[in-house]
Amino acid sequence: MIKRLEILDSERCVGCQSCMFACTRREGKASLEGSRIRVRSIGGMERGFIVIVCRACKDPSCMYVCPVSALEKREVGGVNLHKEKCIGCGKCLEACPISAISMDEEEGKPLICLYCGYCKNYCAYDVLEIEKI
Amino acid sequence: MDPYLYRVLIIDLSKLSYRIEERKEYFQKYLGGVGTGIHLLKEFLNPKVDPNHPDNPIIFSIGALTGKFPMVSKMVSLFKSPHNGLLGESHAGGRSAIALWQAGYGAIVIKGASLIPLYITIDGSKVNFRDARALWGIADTATVGRLIREREGQSGFRTILRIGKAGEKGISYANVTTETYRHFGRLGLGAVFGSKKLKGLVISGKRTVLPKDKKEYLKLYDEIYEQCTSFPTKKYHELGTSENILPLNALRALPTKNLKATTFEKAEILSGENLAINFLGRRIACSHCPVGCIHLAILRERYPDDPYFFKTNFVSYDYEPIYSLGTLLGIEKVEDFLKLMITVEKYGIDAITTGVVLAWITEAFLKGLISKNEIDGLSPSFGDAQTYLKMIERMIESSSEFYLRMGHGVEALVEKYGGKEFALSYFGNEISGYHTGPGAHLTHITGARHSHLDSAGYSIDQKFLKEGKLPTPKEMAQKLFEEEALRQVLTSLVICLFARNVYTLERIERCLHAFGWNYSEKELLELGKNILIEKNNLKREMGFEIEKVSIPKRVLETPSPFGPLDESYLKETIQFYRKLLTPI
Repeated sequence: MIKRLEILDSERCVGCQSCMFACTRREGKASLEGSRIRVRSIGGMERGFIVIVCRACKDPSCMYVCPVSALEKREVGGVNLHKEKCIGCGKCLEACPISAISMDEEEGKPLICLYCGYCKNYCAYDVLEIEKI
Repeated sequence: MDPYLYRVLIIDLSKLSYRIEERKEYFQKYLGGVGTGIHLLKEFLNPKVDPNHPDNPIIFSIGALTGKFPMVSKMVSLFKSPHNGLLGESHAGGRSAIALWQAGYGAIVIKGASLIPLYITIDGSKVNFRDARALWGIADTATVGRLIREREGQSGFRTILRIGKAGEKGISYANVTTETYRHFGRLGLGAVFGSKKLKGLVISGKRTVLPKDKKEYLKLYDEIYEQCTSFPTKKYHELGTSENILPLNALRALPTKNLKATTFEKAEILSGENLAINFLGRRIACSHCPVGCIHLAILRERYPDDPYFFKTNFVSYDYEPIYSLGTLLGIEKVEDFLKLMITVEKYGIDAITTGVVLAWITEAFLKGLISKNEIDGLSPSFGDAQTYLKMIERMIESSSEFYLRMGHGVEALVEKYGGKEFALSYFGNEISGYHTGPGAHLTHITGARHSHLDSAGYSIDQKFLKEGKLPTPKEMAQKLFEEEALRQVLTSLVICLFARNVYTLERIERCLHAFGWNYSEKELLELGKNILIEKNNLKREMGFEIEKVSIPKRVLETPSPFGPLDESYLKETIQFYRKLLTPI
């Protein structure tokens, strides 16, 4: 079982966004929109990139603020989203201290890493690693 | 299929208005990019118009595979070139292609001219005209980018295209810079922006596309991704194109000191190997390209007024600028080359043309064709980067008639001062860094944009050099034509030419199929030929006559690896090429 995605060294990131395209492709889409992992420059590409994805907290802030208990804590850290319960209020987005949650505007539900590790296969520069149990 | 791709955003800067129209047929038939773009250009351009007139339109376009597969990462621009009065075509990556795709358009047309400086923001279907009066006059393309980014907010995915002072001043080889390190270069798109009082263009959006068959798509994507990240494509990530300095020097094909020589005693110093080991600071990528070919060098500079005050510059480098601002000018230190590079990047001017122009000036000055007085008391000589830097500054200020001409390329200088025999240009476009044989020069002569990228004759030369003989003029013409036709397919889709070995016609056919397009390999090739012929037809309407080619004596005198070039071979090949463009 995959525990979480680890950012090994964001200094090695070239900013190609292949991981983002992988995340949406896994769901049968071609887009940057809807990716659960995000890469952006830290103010000028020469300074490098920041890679933001759920860290699978043992004590997840997002879970506590959900008014309808749609976020269930995973035993190994992180959360599973029960979409049928979610009312799309966006409180989890605000609560995450590293802004790893974004909103799927089409669906009106939060986008949180699924801990599948698919994106890692498309990082040619060893920025990402999978932490397994 | 991709219905958003058919949408064309038409912006009129004279009226500060815009509308969205469909051009389904242009996209379905020509697949986007240059294919569709050339038809949009024909629709909106009067071929006889002055390139600096508001009626010269700018077309930006992407293709049927943009956003869907890796290395399909470029956006095409088309316009009438203020540099040579012919077809202006320039491609760039960065975030531009993916941003336009996400915004939900296949193309943008910008026509008219604004009364006051402005920049445009496009966010999906929202288009805004922003006052740029305070940005006008800001010389540095990087600063312009930062200020626009600051004003438009920090978050989200977007591209910021902008011009520096060169574009504002109408330097005919001014670039449009995107994401600081990529450019719509060569034929003066920056000057067209400037003539329209357009300082920048910001594009963003949130669109998604679904493949026809997810399984087929995922499988095909993996196959292509694997190719993009392994040899030979991977070499663009390693040393990058600058790995060619030493091999071309060894081949005696590296233009040096205005092509008086083909080897440079300091080639080792300017080599990709030396740059990587001692100056490479970071490698970055265009959006959706796992290769990451953009090499950024670091140059630390001390301020003259404080011994401990430093400035750290990042600047991108490639083979071509090392040739034009390095070997062609006899530059012996990496630091000097980087300073020149930083300066052309700052103002937003084409690095190849700047180098060729400076090399011509140096020789013309040494031969006494221009006096010290005419050039503001400066004395250029090969290797003297300080003087070259001063000359670039004066050109940007257009400080005299000489410097005004300098801002219009080598042929504008020749017109007044002579020295045609050592002016390295064809049809008003300065040459790239390959004296490999006749193929390299024929590409510049016959190519639709007179660029080495049109049909890569330097590569044909090197192949035949291994075989120890040249093809017949007829065979050479055929090879150049076929290569350029094939490249029209790639640049319609719009695939980066560094992926030309990955995207075979057979693969392209499958990629298109995964998104519902049915195109056979044969049809693709036919399409490429048609686009090439249409481009040349449009150029003829602009006044282009290949028969009027003039080959600089210097090119014929300085031996290539095949020995001195035979003028009759070149001319015969041009005749055959001309026939290929006129189907019976």
